[in-house]
Amino acid sequence: MVAVTAQFAPVTAPVVDWVGLLPVILPAAGALVLLMVRSLVPGRLLPAALDAVWTFAAAAAGLVAVVVLWQRDGEVRSFGDQLVMDGLALFAAAVVLGSVALAAPTLPRYCRRVGIDSAELCVLTLLAAAGAVVMAGAADLIVLFLGLETMSIAAYVMAALNLRRLESLEAGLKYFVLGAFSTAFLLYGIALVYGATGTTGLDGIAVYLDTYLVLNDGMLLAGMAMLLVGLGFKVAAVPFHAWAPDVYVGAPTPVTALMASAVKAAGFAALIRVFVDALGMRADDWQPVVFALACATLAVGSVLAAVQSDAKRLLAYSSISHAGFILVGVQAASDSGVSAVLFYLAAYAVIAVGSFTVVAVLSGRGDDRTGLAELAGLGTRRPALALGLTVLLLAQAGVPFTSGFVAKFSVISAAVESRSYWLAIVAMVSAVVAAFAYLRVVVAMYFGDTEPDAADAPPAMGLGAAAVIVAAVLFTVAAGIVPGFLESLASTAAGF
Amino acid sequence: MASVSSASFPAVLTVLVLVPAAGALVLLALPRTRPDLFKLVALLASLLPAALVVWMLWAFETDIAHAFQFADRHTWIEGLGVSWNVGVDGLSLFLVVMTALIFPLAIVGVDPEHSPKPYYAWMLILEAGCLGTFVALDLVMFFVFFEIVLVPMYFLIGGWGHGRRAYAATKFFLFTMFGSALMLVAIVALAFLHSSAAGGDVTFDLLAIAENQVLATNTARWLFLAFALAFAVKVPLFPVHTWLPDAHTNAPTAGSVILAAVMLKLGTYGLLRFGLYLFPEASVFFAPLMVTLGVIGIIYGAIAAAMQRDLKRLVAYSSVAHLGFIVIGTFALNTEGITGGVLQMVNHGVSTGALFLLVGMIYERRHTREISELGGLQKPAPLMAAVFTVVMLSSVGLPGLNGFVGELLVLLGAFNAHRWWAVVAAAGVILAAVYLLWAYQRVFHGPASGANAEMPDLRWREGLVMAPFLVAIVFMGVYPKPVIDRVEPAVDAIIAHVEDNVAGFAEPVADVQPSVSLDDLARSSDENGHGSDGETGGDPGHGEDDR
Repeated sequence: MVAVTAQFAPVTAPVVDWVGLLPVILPAAGALVLLMVRSLVPGRLLPAALDAVWTFAAAAAGLVAVVVLWQRDGEVRSFGDQLVMDGLALFAAAVVLGSVALAAPTLPRYCRRVGIDSAELCVLTLLAAAGAVVMAGAADLIVLFLGLETMSIAAYVMAALNLRRLESLEAGLKYFVLGAFSTAFLLYGIALVYGATGTTGLDGIAVYLDTYLVLNDGMLLAGMAMLLVGLGFKVAAVPFHAWAPDVYVGAPTPVTALMASAVKAAGFAALIRVFVDALGMRADDWQPVVFALACATLAVGSVLAAVQSDAKRLLAYSSISHAGFILVGVQAASDSGVSAVLFYLAAYAVIAVGSFTVVAVLSGRGDDRTGLAELAGLGTRRPALALGLTVLLLAQAGVPFTSGFVAKFSVISAAVESRSYWLAIVAMVSAVVAAFAYLRVVVAMYFGDTEPDAADAPPAMGLGAAAVIVAAVLFTVAAGIVPGFLESLASTAAGF
Repeated sequence: MASVSSASFPAVLTVLVLVPAAGALVLLALPRTRPDLFKLVALLASLLPAALVVWMLWAFETDIAHAFQFADRHTWIEGLGVSWNVGVDGLSLFLVVMTALIFPLAIVGVDPEHSPKPYYAWMLILEAGCLGTFVALDLVMFFVFFEIVLVPMYFLIGGWGHGRRAYAATKFFLFTMFGSALMLVAIVALAFLHSSAAGGDVTFDLLAIAENQVLATNTARWLFLAFALAFAVKVPLFPVHTWLPDAHTNAPTAGSVILAAVMLKLGTYGLLRFGLYLFPEASVFFAPLMVTLGVIGIIYGAIAAAMQRDLKRLVAYSSVAHLGFIVIGTFALNTEGITGGVLQMVNHGVSTGALFLLVGMIYERRHTREISELGGLQKPAPLMAAVFTVVMLSSVGLPGLNGFVGELLVLLGAFNAHRWWAVVAAAGVILAAVYLLWAYQRVFHGPASGANAEMPDLRWREGLVMAPFLVAIVFMGVYPKPVIDRVEPAVDAIIAHVEDNVAGFAEPVADVQPSVSLDDLARSSDENGHGSDGETGGDPGHGEDDR
């Protein structure tokens, strides 16, 4: 009798720390509220900028929650160890939400000019952000998959939002098909790793690999490879990058900015969680592969960036080459490597949003005037805008006194510390090649011989975009001159 | 008294670097409606460092010239072990002084053709970068400044240059960045390997690493090569010199002046401080290679200079030759050679800087630099011809002018170390006389026709700008003792450092006492009527007899 009672003991509900979930809840709830308000209240009753302001507020509130959680000691685990808000998750969440907040002020004017329904864009942006935060905090491969799908599906639609532009539709379709394909890889990888270790929990996998020596590790290795392919797609690592340039160019420019910042940050956070943390015991197996991926990503990204004649496509390829740099930090598979990756993600997210915002300002009514030739004489036509873009480009090139330099420096340090000298050399050489690409933009803006047509002046920038660019430039320079603060945050987060 | 003077203002070097940078910010904040203020602010922001270095010259303690003075240290990036660590010794003192003095002259002497505000802002940022490189005692800090100077120079060449300026600017940027890309990896590797071999935290402190040589021989050699590549591009050494003629020819006058006078020295200074001092064994090992490249540079630069039809390009190639002398002096690895090398760094800055100014003045008047289109300028512009003569002779190395002292020392040092290379290099001196005198003859002699006959002479302002150059040329040629007294202890220290750390290496000195030694030089200039300047410890304590 006693034994039977024990058998039917009440199920204890898993602990849910709601405060700990705020970085997910706030953007998600923000999206739902906005969706409802926009659906139920006639559009003319609401101010046009409402969507963007609301998006900014939701992301900022999420950021505040991140800061509050960061101050609390110890990590927050919810849903029976399915979702964890530790240092890594919070840092990545801050990058994601920060990117959204930074991109939002550009939206009202941009959407009006290009003719995109800003409500849809904002709702999807917030949903994608919520998915990205889940992804960064996933302590289980299934949750990781949920977060990734939430983020990706929102992103597929966002890429196709510019209905008047064929490239945008093409980008959406391409992103969707290839994304779905890569998701299949990821799922298969999850299944195989589950088969090899008997668990989908990341801690469980680590403990299993720590405890048992897997003799027939074919299934595990295949699973790891599939996981790497799936996540490699998300961060646009070569050779899984084929979608990136077309999607980056086709998508509405603010969406591109988010892809380069938020989506990338979430992808790398997941990569660190799965490979450096859960599969850390098998680092000897995946490090050579990541080494090769990093080399290929660096080389292809920077060389192809150098030959582009379109600024947006150039930035897309440069984004690939930055992914290569971040992979260099992942390859180190060490605390300093993770710290370098996080610093790089934060620095690059701001740079990317800033640079793509400049492109968004210049891109004109159809969002397609992004050729290098269109930039001719920008230095005299719009000196402030040109200066802003110049600083951001130099930061991408890794020039000292910008956050880009410190980011590259810490990645190189991590690589050298783990004795990957050749990877460090490949990275620096491709940085020089990429610098050529950025210099081409600068040359077009300042040293162009053709006098620009005055009638061709780009549209007015708007206060929102101006604020974004100024904030991005200030952050980039400040984090380059006194990087200590951000660096200590990153290294704290690297201890998870 | 002296110890008080350096302690009284320890942040002088920090201020020295930050003042021009702050000046650039002030410039950017100035309204576009007040163009009259641009030059004034630029001038003030560059004159303050000039005043500071004059004070430093006075406060610098000669008897401890081998130690880093005016040292100032703060933590910069704590997590990465990077600090703001500055100081000067006898090797860098005169480079700092020259840099801080030449910038105001370049700012006064040449007005930009357009957009003065960004132009002066870039000049000031360039000054901050150059000064920062010379005073940095932290490897990362050095790298940061070494790299940042590319940006202002890139914009100066691209924005205010002539001809294929975008091409030249981009080439300049990429060449130099490529060299330093590998140096960054080497810097990080050096710090990590050093800390793992020597124990303790990762540090980028130059002294801590250099004074505790723990790296394996082969490792150090590889690292030296990575550093040397960065510096070789900057110097530039044959065969990575090809950016230089393009950059010089297309740069605006002030850009050329700074490029030649200051920026090329970043490379030679780097070879000395971050090559020889940091990797003594590797330096000894690679010294024959470096000397060979230096000698090739001398001969190649001289021959190429003689072939040029463009006056500015000629001066640019002459830089390749002159910088070759500095490199062979440095890698002669003896007191005469290195002292001569350091002197030549300053001398080349003064004389080639002045040459570029003069060429710029000619271009401004005649709108051409083609030697064949110039001629007979001596008649319409006698003063300019006179100044050009002195500067050119200084560049040739005429006794009594500054170039002679440095070149003689370099050749003495090289002769003791690599006898036959010194003989070949000495031919470079003759070639220098050939191409410079020939150019002078074609430009200034002969009948003046057409526009040449109408060319106006030096204006007051130009004369005032040239005057300090002439004073330096004559002073350092006639009485180099004050300079040598401050350079030599540091050179002796660095040679002692090499001897301590390289088994079996002894400073290459002459078997027979050379007929002219440093003491003789110093003494003979004393006897030239200048008398003793009251230096205490008049014997600088150098030379072969001490060993």
